[in-house]
Amino acid sequence: MEFTLKTFIFYGFALITIASALVVVTVRNIVHAAFSLMVTLFGVAGLYVFLQADFLAATQVIVYVGGILVLILFGVMMTSGRLEMRIHIERGQLLLGGVVALALLMLLLTVIANTPAWKNLTDDGTELPPTTERIGELILNGPFLLPFEVVSVLLLVALIGAALISRKEVRD
Amino acid sequence: MTLQHYLVISAILFTLGIFAVLTRRNAISILMGIELILNSCNLNFAAFSRFMTPPEDISGQIIAIFGIVLAAAEAAVFLAIILAIYREFGSIRPNEVDTLKG
Repeated sequence: MEFTLKTFIFYGFALITIASALVVVTVRNIVHAAFSLMVTLFGVAGLYVFLQADFLAATQVIVYVGGILVLILFGVMMTSGRLEMRIHIERGQLLLGGVVALALLMLLLTVIANTPAWKNLTDDGTELPPTTERIGELILNGPFLLPFEVVSVLLLVALIGAALISRKEVRD
Repeated sequence: MTLQHYLVISAILFTLGIFAVLTRRNAISILMGIELILNSCNLNFAAFSRFMTPPEDISGQIIAIFGIVLAAAEAAVFLAIILAIYREFGSIRPNEVDTLKG
């Protein structure tokens, strides 16, 4: 594989994503972890762009960075006093969790390296047309109409439930 | 860029998420680990959709969008439960919430 600008940017995004995810799981301050998670989410959005999934990348930025991350920061704000900002970690669990995670990573990498159907599938670099129109067709006028309706009802139920659970007091 | 590049990145993200869920003693940090896991799943969906199916078939991307929606719903309910737990116990450390412990 020749080393072009495109591969350079791809490895840059991959490095940013993994490094910031590493910061998310190791740093002690929870606010730093939240902001590092933002970098990770942006990195994944960049990888979606490399997969020519433009609508997915935009959705990732809007929903994750604009929605879920703000929700997490509000959660930090309302539940963590100055003392709770530092994340408590126990040493024994750190060791055990590290061993389990490393074993899992080795397993996954072995499977990825040895599955014949996944080998030699390179990106030929052809530019595909934008996906937004086709996604709209498939969701609103195609096979994904029923899942779309179900997921919208589920979202409504989840939001009503969240509002009900987090209310100050439930009257009898 | 091959399919395996994306799968390796996704596997690393998944493992880091599992590590966060296993070791962190703060419910919001656990939520961040779960978000990493969900992101790795969505990345896998998009990568398989790009490399394993014909280019005009983008159903993998649509599944990834559904995954993002479900992650949003999950995060909202998770944080509502965390707020309720904080009000009840004054802490969001999972090992201090042990009412149901036998």
